[in-house]
Amino acid sequence: MIKMSNLREAYGKELVALGRKEERIVVLDADLRGSTMSCYFAKEFPERFFEMGIAEQNMISTAAGLSLVGKIPFVNTFAVFATGRPYDQIRQGVALPKLNVKIVGSSCGLSDYGDGATHQSVEDIATMRSIPNMVIISPVDAVEMKKVVRAVVEYQGPVYIRINRNDLPILTDEDESFKIGKINKIADGKDITVFATGFMVYQALQARAILQDKGISVRVINVSTIKPIDVDKVKEYAKDVKGVITAEEHTIIGGLGGAICEVLSDELVKIKRVGIDDKFGQSASNYEELINYYGLTPQAIIEKAEELLN
Amino acid sequence: MSSADLVTALYFYKMNHSGDNPENPDRDRLILSKGHSVLAQYAALAECGYFPKSILKTTKTFGSILQGHPEIRTPGIEANTGSLAQGLSVGVGIALGGKLDKRDYKVYVILGDGELNEGQIWEAITAASVYKLDNLVAIIDRNKLQASGPIKEIYDMGDIKSKFDAFCWKTFEINGHNMKEIIEVLDSVDKIKGVPSVIIAQTIKGKGISFAENVTGFHNAALTAEQFRKANLDIDNLEL
Repeated sequence: MIKMSNLREAYGKELVALGRKEERIVVLDADLRGSTMSCYFAKEFPERFFEMGIAEQNMISTAAGLSLVGKIPFVNTFAVFATGRPYDQIRQGVALPKLNVKIVGSSCGLSDYGDGATHQSVEDIATMRSIPNMVIISPVDAVEMKKVVRAVVEYQGPVYIRINRNDLPILTDEDESFKIGKINKIADGKDITVFATGFMVYQALQARAILQDKGISVRVINVSTIKPIDVDKVKEYAKDVKGVITAEEHTIIGGLGGAICEVLSDELVKIKRVGIDDKFGQSASNYEELINYYGLTPQAIIEKAEELLN
Repeated sequence: MSSADLVTALYFYKMNHSGDNPENPDRDRLILSKGHSVLAQYAALAECGYFPKSILKTTKTFGSILQGHPEIRTPGIEANTGSLAQGLSVGVGIALGGKLDKRDYKVYVILGDGELNEGQIWEAITAASVYKLDNLVAIIDRNKLQASGPIKEIYDMGDIKSKFDAFCWKTFEINGHNMKEIIEVLDSVDKIKGVPSVIIAQTIKGKGISFAENVTGFHNAALTAEQFRKANLDIDNLEL
């Protein structure tokens, strides 16, 4: 039985652990501390936690100001509000001057299933990816989540982290290394390479198991840093297979699929993208309903693999 | 030009700062949230020794550190501004940092009156009030013109003072071209504790240049050689 764990919990607790060692860390939230799990930091370090009210634009620019006096601000709200509402503040006030602001988009993708399209971020990778200087990280599980928090504290510059709301399977080990800008091979194979991110890495591993029974060998790569993309390794893992699949809980326009297609645009390789097909989300009574409806399933990956091999 | 006297009073009278030590963590900060007025700030910064006066001529040209709108890569510039309203929020962040680090610097933010149209301004005004930022001073360059024309005709927000009063700021009103009034108000602001302060400075766009005063077209305009000659004459003949 695969072990499940929650990324938001891991994030909130690791932030507290790091806050004990690193006094420059300050945390801002827009009235969602109980969802983003910045509440742990607020409780432990009330003087370094700033409730900014339901005012995301001011929150981002305030974080810019805090970074200008040497703080390491972590800005928290839902992914859709963290990137869409203050887009201009991120572009002009954080990314252009390369300020050390960490933007944490919680409840990303369709993971806030009940709240519907307004609260589901299907295009946040695409918008953040288009901004120069921005680093984008999409952790695969709670174990990697903790390493991501540590790495972004060390890294000097703007970072966007997208965090799934729901419990996800643990797929990585404590002792595996995480480096910003490096992709990790989760399982090897020789016919197809699947570049997946976030929750879709698990879907790719399930697809891999089924395809293995059909005699098809699949390599699964966890792309947790979407920008800067690991150009050399993407090319290397695409070179020796018959086709490439990308898999993300995000629109197929401009996200991981877009990034991989850009890298491989001058290579002779067939690419298929699995993701949300240029549509908004909607409400559902559980996460799985949406995953099935939008085709973010192992079956979708299997179909693409078979198309590539035929 | 409408903010030139305010900028002058801040850099040459009020603020604790030095062009020789632009990174001093205890320095007072000036953020020009109405970034299109940056020329006034560049002139003052050069005079204070942040960079050589000779490079002022390169402003807005390719490769210059003096960009069309303020960027922190320019020595003495404290925040990237230009997209309006962000400067006050950045000021809130720097002021919060000052409280946290127990440093007693002040953060001055010059805002345009047209800029007050932006919703983010009112988010920042609220935050400054919630966090009792008495180390934050907003200065409104009330020149009564916005990019498309007179505020009265374009987008009249009415009485600015009463709005700040309602958000629990300490409000001051002055003539933004009367140096005595400017200096006095900047000193009185120091005595305010527990709330942020705003100085509403009544100003004239293009002040001191006969053909530019109160002319909307000089919102962010370059002078021709002939206009420059005339402007210099006008300024030389100003009664101080």
